[in-house]
Amino acid sequence: MELLVQLILLPPIVIAGLNGVMGLFWPAWRKQEWLLGGLALAAVAVPFAVTCLLFFGFEAAEVVRYFTWLQAGDLRVDFAYRIDELSLLMTMIVTGVGSLIHLYSIGYMHGDDGYWRFFAYLNLFIFAMLNLVLAESLPVLFLGWEGVGLCSYLLIGFWYTDLKNSAAANKAFIVNRVGDFAFLLAMFIIFKTVVDAQGGVFGLDFATLLAPETLALFAGPTGFWVTVLLLIGATGKSAQIPLFVWLPDAMAGPTPVSALIHAATMVTSGLYLLARLSPLVLNSGALWIIATVGALTAIMAATVAITQNDIKKVLAYSTVSQLGYMFLAAGVGAFFVAIFHVMTHAFFKACLFLGSGSVIHSMHHVEHELEHKGLIPPHHGPGSHDTPLDSEATQNTLRHSPLPYDGPFDAQDMRTMGGLRKFMPITAITFGLSTLAIAGLPPLAGFFSKDEILFRVFEFGQSAHIGYMALWVVGLITAVLTAIYMTRAYLLTFEGSPRWPDSMDTHPHESPWTMTVPLVVLAGLAVVGGFLGLPPVFEDIGLPGSWIHGWLVGHGDHLGPVADSLDPLWASVSPYYEGEHHVSHAVEWALLGLGAVVALVGIGAAVYYFRFGKRGPEADRKARKVFGLFYTPASHVWGWDQFYNATFVKGTVEGARKVFAPFDKNVVDGGVMGLAGLVRRAASGLRGVQTGVVQTYALAIVVGVVAVVALVLFV
Amino acid sequence: MDLTWYLSLSAVLFTIGVLGVLLRRNVIVVFLSIELMLNAVNLTLVAFSQAFGDVDGQILVFFVMSVAAAEAAVGLAIVIAMFRNKLTINVDELRLFRG
Repeated sequence: MELLVQLILLPPIVIAGLNGVMGLFWPAWRKQEWLLGGLALAAVAVPFAVTCLLFFGFEAAEVVRYFTWLQAGDLRVDFAYRIDELSLLMTMIVTGVGSLIHLYSIGYMHGDDGYWRFFAYLNLFIFAMLNLVLAESLPVLFLGWEGVGLCSYLLIGFWYTDLKNSAAANKAFIVNRVGDFAFLLAMFIIFKTVVDAQGGVFGLDFATLLAPETLALFAGPTGFWVTVLLLIGATGKSAQIPLFVWLPDAMAGPTPVSALIHAATMVTSGLYLLARLSPLVLNSGALWIIATVGALTAIMAATVAITQNDIKKVLAYSTVSQLGYMFLAAGVGAFFVAIFHVMTHAFFKACLFLGSGSVIHSMHHVEHELEHKGLIPPHHGPGSHDTPLDSEATQNTLRHSPLPYDGPFDAQDMRTMGGLRKFMPITAITFGLSTLAIAGLPPLAGFFSKDEILFRVFEFGQSAHIGYMALWVVGLITAVLTAIYMTRAYLLTFEGSPRWPDSMDTHPHESPWTMTVPLVVLAGLAVVGGFLGLPPVFEDIGLPGSWIHGWLVGHGDHLGPVADSLDPLWASVSPYYEGEHHVSHAVEWALLGLGAVVALVGIGAAVYYFRFGKRGPEADRKARKVFGLFYTPASHVWGWDQFYNATFVKGTVEGARKVFAPFDKNVVDGGVMGLAGLVRRAASGLRGVQTGVVQTYALAIVVGVVAVVALVLFV
Repeated sequence: MDLTWYLSLSAVLFTIGVLGVLLRRNVIVVFLSIELMLNAVNLTLVAFSQAFGDVDGQILVFFVMSVAAAEAAVGLAIVIAMFRNKLTINVDELRLFRG
């Protein structure tokens, strides 16, 4: 078992190091794209294979211990990893989707100067993420947590020569840091609480932490505050209110990065943390906060997504919104449903992002062709930095710019897309299927996971607290919005007629197989992935129920790693359990139907409004006029960025400029320079002694002789 | 004749020599003053030799005189070399070693 876990954890870091070192010191290595990419892909595919082996041969949870990392007084942390249902499922998602994205990147990043750097960082990310999901203790998890944050920074700012990308990377890292600080505080409290009560050596490992005696320590306010702090940490990593602002900016990174890190894996770390510590969270009394944060984030992000023109921004806000759903599920104690949605979301969101990357890739080719033909001003290279008089803005207005927006051609802007289905059929179909999945159309994956979330919220509202019904309504509205904005994105991109200049002659084309194969696989998973979590009522009609529920929560008399607020198996742990079946089967079926209807309503509304793509951005303009009061603030993310800029960013910069800069200049520099000046003046003064005139020196001798004689004679 | 008289004369001559070294601007005069100092010392040595009947003092005088002669020769050679370069014998202007 030790070897198998090593085979999962070590290949990514080894190959990352290899690619990194070779690429850095041996320029010839950087050109071997297939070798580089192939090694990197193998470094993720091998762990995937091993994980599948462990998955299908799984019997009982195991912990493998390697060596001690830290030891000081009461603290002792080992590098130990846990193989159980939850970590195996997460590892499968990470390595599986990760492998597909590695394959995709081989095609997408072709020709880029930093090809080797990209794969080194990507493998490093996989290593950190695996550390996160396989960790047996919170410090090792935190190691992975920080590692993925670092890799996120490195990859968002991958094209670092453009300052905007570096700024976005900084934003991601700094905002994450706030969450990390809260996470650290939570760990400190946990450590102190346990060691004070139990004594002995503690390493914040899950085996000890989740044992009933230890959990009892966190029953009151301690558990509440620990959970709140962990939640803040999770909102940083998983982009919830108030720490979500980094994710839309993170779209500055290459699209495979957006797909892997900011859709499928890193952003689910917060959910994983809550699921792993579910027995603690369940008893903390802070569940309502989690649910409220999730619901509010979901609906807020959905409103913003409708207004966006950049296809990646739509997907970014969509991710924030869907993560909100997952937090909502966690907030009603249905942690396994959150993980189920993590899985289905990984499938369709990765597919959507990779599809958008395929589109962007093609639109870049279109852009180059148009520049070549001289129809748009060159964005890069000679001629692109003309004098202000020939700037883009003046050219655009004077020459009736062929583009409907200011500035250079944007390969990501949907206003210059349209009708791409004819040119990129595979991308279109996979994107379309994933759109239907995320909109929640049965029997695709999104329907089952989203419906399960809404059902659990409904059930919790009925049994635990009526206030949750409000969150259920919020969830329903968000579902409609989700269907609308995703369908809008699909229609504006793939349907209707092309809206870029010279569209009769300049055509995009389908992407290479390295990019389309992952799209097809992911779309397939988005179609069938939901069957892993069929609603319990399906058992009434002879279909299997929820496999994932049995896997994560437990079945028979075997308890899984993930707690559940309303499951009889966890009745002794959950304070919300009040007997079985709070909601009748009829209502369950009705809710299933409602979910389907909601999806159809959303999709239908968008299809009708955009006349299946025939009406493009004009429809948006009309919507802006009609819904102006709501559309404008939504398109500016409800002022979150402006608020943070005006307060924290400006505050820090101004504070630094007014307080620290003068201190640095006057005290620090003044001190050092002052000392140097002092020495210089002293030396200058002493130099006066050396006149060069011999008689002065003779005088000195005489004075000395007189002094000595006087001393001898009179002392 | 008191020993004191000879020693006083010697001291006065020595002092005049010191002042000449310190205060005169002409290099040749400085050398002259140095010779004056040396001769003052010679006088002291001879006076003591006569007073104590010890001939060692007079032997030392021979040493001093020969050293003075050698030193004068070398010194004047340096002065000539300096003069060839700077065309001055003013001590105040010979300050190439100025810090």
